[in-house]
Amino acid sequence: MSDASEPTGAAGAVGPDAGATGAGAAGAGSAEDPAASAPGRRVRVVLVDDHRMFRTGVQAEIGQTERTGVEVVGEAADVDQAVTVITATRPEVVLLDVHLPGGGGVEVLRRCSPLMADPEQPVRFLALSVSDAAEDVIGVIRGGARGYVTKTITGTDLVDSVFRVQDGDAVFSPRLAGFVLDAFASTDAPPVDEDLDRLTQREREVLRLIARGYAYKEIAKQLFISVKTVESHVSAVLRKLQLSNRHELTRWATARRLV
Amino acid sequence: MPDAAALTIEDPRPPRKLYRSSDGRWLGGVARGLAGHLGLPVIWVRLVFAGLFMADGLGALLYAAFWFFVPLGVGGVDAERPPALATETSPDGRRRLVARKPDKGQIVALLAMVVVALVFVGNVDLSGGAKAYLWPTVLVGAGVALVWRQADNARRARWMEVGRRKRTISLLRSAAGVLLVAAGVSGIFVLQGSAAHLGSVLQAALAVLVGIALLAGPYLVRMTQDLSEERLMRIRAQERAEVAAHVHDSVLHTLTLIQRNAENASEVRRLARAQERDLRNWLYKPEGTGKDEADEPDTLAEAVKRSAAEVEDKHGVPIEVVVVGDCPLDERTAAQMQAAREAMVNAAKYGGDGGAVQVFAEVEGRTVFVSVRDRGPGFDLDSIPADRMGVRESIIGRMERNGGTARLRAVPDGGTEVELEMERAET
Repeated sequence: MSDASEPTGAAGAVGPDAGATGAGAAGAGSAEDPAASAPGRRVRVVLVDDHRMFRTGVQAEIGQTERTGVEVVGEAADVDQAVTVITATRPEVVLLDVHLPGGGGVEVLRRCSPLMADPEQPVRFLALSVSDAAEDVIGVIRGGARGYVTKTITGTDLVDSVFRVQDGDAVFSPRLAGFVLDAFASTDAPPVDEDLDRLTQREREVLRLIARGYAYKEIAKQLFISVKTVESHVSAVLRKLQLSNRHELTRWATARRLV
Repeated sequence: MPDAAALTIEDPRPPRKLYRSSDGRWLGGVARGLAGHLGLPVIWVRLVFAGLFMADGLGALLYAAFWFFVPLGVGGVDAERPPALATETSPDGRRRLVARKPDKGQIVALLAMVVVALVFVGNVDLSGGAKAYLWPTVLVGAGVALVWRQADNARRARWMEVGRRKRTISLLRSAAGVLLVAAGVSGIFVLQGSAAHLGSVLQAALAVLVGIALLAGPYLVRMTQDLSEERLMRIRAQERAEVAAHVHDSVLHTLTLIQRNAENASEVRRLARAQERDLRNWLYKPEGTGKDEADEPDTLAEAVKRSAAEVEDKHGVPIEVVVVGDCPLDERTAAQMQAAREAMVNAAKYGGDGGAVQVFAEVEGRTVFVSVRDRGPGFDLDSIPADRMGVRESIIGRMERNGGTARLRAVPDGGTEVELEMERAET
């Protein structure tokens, strides 16, 4: 009995991780394959949004596990619920709305920060919002979300983004890329930290192409670099966005309401 | 007949109400207000008041009554001293003028009052006892006048939102008024010969005041809190009514249209996009800019968004716009915007099936870059007959004539991208 249950239990615990890393490597190796189509890949997702109709819609679009590989393991409608559900289910990716009763997505991020930092099985957040206000978007990104996509995104793209976030990669929508370029472009004040407060030429180019609607693959082709390099540039930008301590950024975000 | 015609022109003026004038007044603005109301020169009214003052102080009484009962308004007669008044300037300039002016006028008025009062005292032969009370009475009067004028200013400040800097001055004035009244009252006490009891009287008065403050304080505090809360609620209710009106007018209307057109997918999409844009515009635009729909855009970001919205509405293809930076439109960038619009139309017409059209505009230094990309089948410029001038003329030609460059290229995985680059004109 114990012999029989042991291996399955171990496989259950190890399986997803092994699958994830394997698929990640495969995705990186063959640039042509979108991560979502990697066979056998699974990702456990929690949906946090206060609109039930929207949750149902997303669930219907990405929740057919056999087809998409996405398994929705929990839903939450406000901050408290979200924290409870996320702590209980320990998903790999949380789709997080920016506007939530109880303090908004930023509050969820704040209270889940220990889970995000967990080296064993980090919970990663992808902001999914209808909001276009720069301060909302930049707010959740600075709070630790791995990316931001708008609610107009197609199901396929969303699944793709979820897998990318699961891999620890950053997901920038064209609009977010625009916000970031705008924020880092307005450098009136001298940078506090040269490395963080400035985007390299390459990062800028990558962001620009994202803002123009290019996919990673297309960017890689355009700049004659590998998809992996594109990913690392995007992650670097995300890191700068989250860590850069220039007052500029918050001031910028609150001062403007770009639509 | 001509008289009648003239009358009909004169008549439709709004019925005039009596206000005290806040412009160019010396004391309470009563004389100026009256003069404006009666259509007389101010100086006449002032002289009449001064004359009436001689008649046992009737003028002062009358003036005080007017001051008390007549609300403060803006206007009065247009001054016979135009340079000092200049009332019809910007609110800022006027405020400063008004603030400076009465100071001078006040001194004049005070001097005149002192002279008139001296004449009055000289003329009216008061008995020795009554005469002794004169100075305390004058002090009390001056204090009251000061505080009343202060109240006037406070009311005016509420309309004009005078800056914070004024607060110290107004405090000083109130304090001075209170001090004058106190001095006058204690003077009367002293004269009554009860100076010996002054200490105990003051103590008693103080005790009563403290007692009243202790009793009424909480009620007063609660009342002011309730009042401010009520005001807040009212503002909120107004805001909600405005939101409700907007939602009702546009959103519900659009939803109805969507239900009616449920079979027509492209129409539904078009309606939804237009409504979304409208709602976003309404939600995120800073206040006061909602009404200028018809105005020509004067910055690049606005122009791009406007063009995209129009093309989107017309062709029913979603256009996603990302703008980085902004700058005012000049001749060259305006031409670039026209070219960009043409590119959007092309993308919507021929490349709209592949998904949203992406528009990216960036201002970096002097360079303005716009890219319009679709995910359609793509097209080859060389394969288009030479007589089709659309792309060549309205996009490439237009950009080159204005000193910019346009590039069309096929994106490797399908779709076309138009890149427009232009240097802003020197300003």
